[in-house]
Amino acid sequence: MNMSNVAIDLVGVRKSFGDKVIVNDLSFSVARGECFGLLGPNGAGKSTIARMLLGLISPDRGKITVLDEPVPSRARAARVRVGVVPQFDNLELEFTVRENLLVFGRYFGMSARKIEAVVPSLLEFARLESKADVRVSLLSGGMKRRLTLARALINDPHLLVMDEPTTGLDPHARHLIWERLRALLARGKTILLTTHFMEEAERLCDRLCVLESGCKIAEGKPDALIDEHIGCNVIEIYGGDLNQLRELITPYARHVEVSGETLFCYARYPEQVSLHLRGRADLRVLQRPPNLEDVFLRLTGREMEK
Amino acid sequence: MNDGYASVMPANAYNWTAVWRRNYLAWRKVALASLLGNLADPITNLFGLGFGLGLIVGRVEGTSYIAFLAAGMVAVSAMTSATFETLYAAFARMDVKRTWEGILFTQLTLGDIVLGELVWAASKSVLAGAAIGIVAATLGYASWTSVLCAVPTVALTGLVFASLAMVVISLAPTYDYFVFYQSLVLTPMVFLCGAVFPTSQLPDSFQHFAGWLPLAHSVDLIRPVMLERGADSTAMHVGALCVYAVLPFFASTALFRRRLLR
Repeated sequence: MNMSNVAIDLVGVRKSFGDKVIVNDLSFSVARGECFGLLGPNGAGKSTIARMLLGLISPDRGKITVLDEPVPSRARAARVRVGVVPQFDNLELEFTVRENLLVFGRYFGMSARKIEAVVPSLLEFARLESKADVRVSLLSGGMKRRLTLARALINDPHLLVMDEPTTGLDPHARHLIWERLRALLARGKTILLTTHFMEEAERLCDRLCVLESGCKIAEGKPDALIDEHIGCNVIEIYGGDLNQLRELITPYARHVEVSGETLFCYARYPEQVSLHLRGRADLRVLQRPPNLEDVFLRLTGREMEK
Repeated sequence: MNDGYASVMPANAYNWTAVWRRNYLAWRKVALASLLGNLADPITNLFGLGFGLGLIVGRVEGTSYIAFLAAGMVAVSAMTSATFETLYAAFARMDVKRTWEGILFTQLTLGDIVLGELVWAASKSVLAGAAIGIVAATLGYASWTSVLCAVPTVALTGLVFASLAMVVISLAPTYDYFVFYQSLVLTPMVFLCGAVFPTSQLPDSFQHFAGWLPLAHSVDLIRPVMLERGADSTAMHVGALCVYAVLPFFASTALFRRRLLR
């Protein structure tokens, strides 16, 4: 990758608060036009990384470059071309949808005329045309999120930093956000997304980095990660004596993992496993293709908390 | 980071206006209620103390007590208006409403935000101070020109107390701590600084101490203007108020950096 094609570059970044290391020697690089995911459970350091990219906190060590600007020293210049969707909405609840966009555009030094020129397309993008003059406090959670997304686009940013963009939304609202994010990627925007939501990462991200306790434990394309770390079918088994089951099916499995009340069996030929479980009315058996959840379980020995 | 504090200072001379305009837009929606609220308290004090005590007190420093008090009330209402705007409204925007957080995602710095909030609070002081002035002028206790001449000092007073309150909110974990500042700092200042009675009534040591307090400088500037008398040491009073406005601005911005940018 030559420099101008890189939207975000982190080299050896470390951040600790007191004795607690939040981000540990992290390096990754995001190309322009790419959707890059930071995937990890709560407390993995995702939000801290997002705040460091914006220059709102300084790393203890390491080098950060965002849109060719060194951060935090020139973070302000970088932020002019960055849009942010934070984990918790911080919209102006007593303002209307349109006023929210107006006020936010002013923070970027935009003239009223320039803001008015872009507002219709933003409202259309966020599917909020009919809500332009409605007070934000009256909007649903999904609408508020879409307004936050529209607000993040007011300065026509090259890069969007999104911290858990769909956390707390119902499935319908979530799918609408995903669809909108894909539309942005089609326009050539770069997206950095943090999520603890595997499906979101799998659907949207070109590449992702799996984090645990501030450390990178894997990086790559979702499919490649799944192939590399799992590469076979998965059978989830609930119920019964898990230790007994483990003994029963281990000979037919490539790998068996127990997490909570579930036994995960990774097997090239799942039919062999199913055969041995036939007639067991006390068990619920689910066969499915592998996903990122399995990768996380495989790498850390535990399920990701939701 | 060596440039850590430099990076949170105002980025330019006009970024703060976006914050001021945000607050103005929010205020416009509740302007009527806000104006009435602004007026009610000081006017009640003016009439209650002015007419009630005025009968007993008679003349003070060669003028009627109510005219003496009106000038003090202009300074006090500038002080309380800027203080309350900062303590409650700005604190909410900084803390629970996360308004500042959203602004920090843009090209504004923490210093831009704090400056915008200070000028906004000072603007509300001007409204509050002017309201008392207008009442006093209407009733003939001050001339219209003298009220107009007091406005710059009222604005400066607003900046001073907004700036001091900024330090309080940068340190206070919750709203509950503001009461200490109100009852241990602001209320004593009203009585020590000559707002409701001449400082010459105080013991010498108190007079000496009171002379350092910001409200005393405001009262010493506003009262001579309102009563159309010659003022002493104007430059010193203005200078002292400027120090009280500027130092807490830098202190609070540095404290907010520690609180918010970590």
